[in-house]
Amino acid sequence: MGSPSLILALLGLSSVSYYLGWRRSISLAQGAVRNLHSLPGYHGLYTALWAAVPALLLLCIGVTLKGPIVTSIVVSDLPAEVQSLPPERLNLVINDIRNLASGNIASRKSPAMVAAADRYVRLQGYAAIAVTVAVLVLGVFCGAIAWRTIQPGKRARNAVERTILGFLMASSTIAILTTVGIVLSVLFESLRFFQAVPVTDFIFGTEWSPQMAIRADQVGASGAFGAIPLFAGTLLISFIAMVVAVPVGLMSAIYLAEYARPRVRAVVKPLLEVLAGIPTVVYGFFAALTVAPFMRGMGESLGLDVASESAMAAGLVMGVMIIPFVSSLSDDVINAVPQAMRDGAYALGSTRSETIKKVVIPAALPGIVGGVLLAVSRAIGETMIVVMAAGLAANLTANPLKAVTTVTVQIVTLLTGDQEFDSPKTLAAFALGLVLFVVTLGLNVIALQVVRKYREQYE
Amino acid sequence: MATPPKSTIERVRATLARRNRAERRFKNLGRAAVLLGLVFLVLMFVNIISTGYPAFWQTYVKLPVYFDPQVVDPQGNRDRETLGSADYGALVKASVRSLFPEVEGRRDRRDVAKLASRGTVFQLRRMVLADPSLVGVRTEIWVPVDDDYDMLHKGNVDRTLPEADRRLSDRKIGWFDRLIAEGRIESRFNATFFQAGDSREPELAGIWGAAMGSFFMLVVTLSLSFPLGVATAVYLEEFAPRNRVTSLIEVNINNLAAVPSIVFGLLGLAVFINLFGLPRSAPLVGGLVLTLMTLPTIIIAGRAALTSVPPSIREAALGIGASKLQMIVHHVLPLAMPGMLTGTIIGMARALGETAPLLMIGMVAFVVDIPQSVTDAATALPVQIFLWLDSPERAFVERASAAIMVLLAFLIAMNALAIVLRRRFERRW
Repeated sequence: MGSPSLILALLGLSSVSYYLGWRRSISLAQGAVRNLHSLPGYHGLYTALWAAVPALLLLCIGVTLKGPIVTSIVVSDLPAEVQSLPPERLNLVINDIRNLASGNIASRKSPAMVAAADRYVRLQGYAAIAVTVAVLVLGVFCGAIAWRTIQPGKRARNAVERTILGFLMASSTIAILTTVGIVLSVLFESLRFFQAVPVTDFIFGTEWSPQMAIRADQVGASGAFGAIPLFAGTLLISFIAMVVAVPVGLMSAIYLAEYARPRVRAVVKPLLEVLAGIPTVVYGFFAALTVAPFMRGMGESLGLDVASESAMAAGLVMGVMIIPFVSSLSDDVINAVPQAMRDGAYALGSTRSETIKKVVIPAALPGIVGGVLLAVSRAIGETMIVVMAAGLAANLTANPLKAVTTVTVQIVTLLTGDQEFDSPKTLAAFALGLVLFVVTLGLNVIALQVVRKYREQYE
Repeated sequence: MATPPKSTIERVRATLARRNRAERRFKNLGRAAVLLGLVFLVLMFVNIISTGYPAFWQTYVKLPVYFDPQVVDPQGNRDRETLGSADYGALVKASVRSLFPEVEGRRDRRDVAKLASRGTVFQLRRMVLADPSLVGVRTEIWVPVDDDYDMLHKGNVDRTLPEADRRLSDRKIGWFDRLIAEGRIESRFNATFFQAGDSREPELAGIWGAAMGSFFMLVVTLSLSFPLGVATAVYLEEFAPRNRVTSLIEVNINNLAAVPSIVFGLLGLAVFINLFGLPRSAPLVGGLVLTLMTLPTIIIAGRAALTSVPPSIREAALGIGASKLQMIVHHVLPLAMPGMLTGTIIGMARALGETAPLLMIGMVAFVVDIPQSVTDAATALPVQIFLWLDSPERAFVERASAAIMVLLAFLIAMNALAIVLRRRFERRW
């Protein structure tokens, strides 16, 4: 039985157990539920949990251990000269046996290996049957014991609630586990990368050409991993994006918060937020197909040489994507400025714009800065727009009309397509990912801190 | 000559006009900023719809087909094996050439046969296998034309360009114009687009495969992230003690919400694929990655929904003897559910539009087959758009825009559902 059907069987078992536990508690209650400590449903749940949870745990253990145990038994039966091979060669042999067992073509074939493959298939079958039987037996056994222990005075509700609380606590740790997972996965691969390429070369090198030589005599395969051009390209595009997004976002937030009539605001604000809901791949499509050729054409008519994958096009479109982000964050902080401060300014005879410029904005500045920092971290981490509209060539330039590449573009190009997992080329992507994670995390922490400080001021 | 000292009101009056001008300027600046955003939105929608709309139509050509028994079934025993492996390409070639008997020369004869889509071969094969009595019959059928001619018919080929700069030579355009004049060309609704998987031929490519991939992924994401998100929100809001661990979890959730999506892709590649050995390109892995991405959104929305339930409800439930968990399950959760569902739908909409992490876990593969389960190789709708945009054929760009329209339609529907939920069930206390 495969795992999905086994899980279904366990679900069936636990529903039956629920019913049996419920029945038993009712019959023990002798016609009056108040004779029970817990409601019959809790007795049912108690029995069902005992029938399902230990069996599920056993299933997990069985599925993880099944493969290694079968493999080690097969290996121990291989001829001695095969067993004494170095580990990586032995792994190749094991892979071949697995391929033979699943009916694929293996690179080498010998009678001993065919026999081993047969044995592998047979053992796999036995192991699957053993796991199935063990899981079902354990489920029935635990369910039966729980069923037997049902008494009118049994505190079934407390036990069930403890289990549920345990589940709640466990799920709240997933956030931590995710962060730990991210840190560990990028950190380990990055450390392996830094064994091949020194950290200083990576952070301070000005040449990026990750093509590694497959043969020693290959042309143009230097494999330089200097990430400065990528950082510069990322900053250039993010800068262009912020030049678009901050003034437009801020001004529209001010207009909507201070000037617009409620009815206009009710229509325009959701419309602007539609911009935030559009998938980035759509922005990328627009940037690559419409904005970039338009820029190029405009540049030509002005006598400028604009690359067809210019930083300008990608940055502009990214800026538009970030407008609603900046404007909704600024909107929040502008609305949080107490009305009394505005009234004070009006009473002194200021016009609206003077009040906004001299009172509201300075008061809201920390919040706005926090919002802008969050927007910067969005821009740095944005992937699809730049993958589709920015270039691949790592040019170290500050000219927005040239093509530049970014950290995220390089991660995507290094990791899509065929990859071998131990070449510096693929590992470099993880090193770039580490930089990206650290930088965006730093920006977020600072931004959230700034925003929180500001909120406390007016509460 | 010294000016006499002015009174305050005089000084105000002197600058009032300038200040009012500045006021108007500032207000107009704000108006311009809002307009700029809206203009861009409209521009983008118009651009995508005008590029993508024609993809819902496909040019068809009426071919006279003769199911030549010599080719299809030389033995004449209607054996399915023979019928299935017959050379239907020869039938298509013969049929197109019969429309242009005057075309001479190897190259021209080869080119003219390419007028019909490459899928015609399979279409004929399907027809014969479904109805073997067709063998020996002469009939006329409508088949899709090759994508280059489709583009010509939709007016995307500029006939005034020099011949060398076009994908179609004058000769080919001449053939096509003759077919139009003969009434053999027709535009029809492109049902293939909604039924097929990906293909190298634009006229045979569809979004159904990618849509199913997205669907399986969202099923995985929803079935994991909703229970986990609700559980976390309930724990943090109702049970968690105020201590270091709790605040660490809270800080973590807030930060995860702002981590670039591509980093989640790296996590998926390193942990789910390389460590756990899950299959590449599978919706299962995509769903797991998107679960981790959407969890913070759902948790934050869930906590907001829980805090909005007034304490009096809780106290009333506890007062008549409910346990804490009974109070939550019977009273607080039902009241918080609309808010949680709204947050979940918005999280799902974001997951549906997400592309970057899926590139990391190998969902960019060229997948022709429609995925049947969460472990089959698949792509997702946004990835399909990305893939088509990378293709050189103009017809794929058109299809990419059409796929964007479908994707946006789904997103708008989901967001509208969220808004309706909020309007319908929102309660003010």
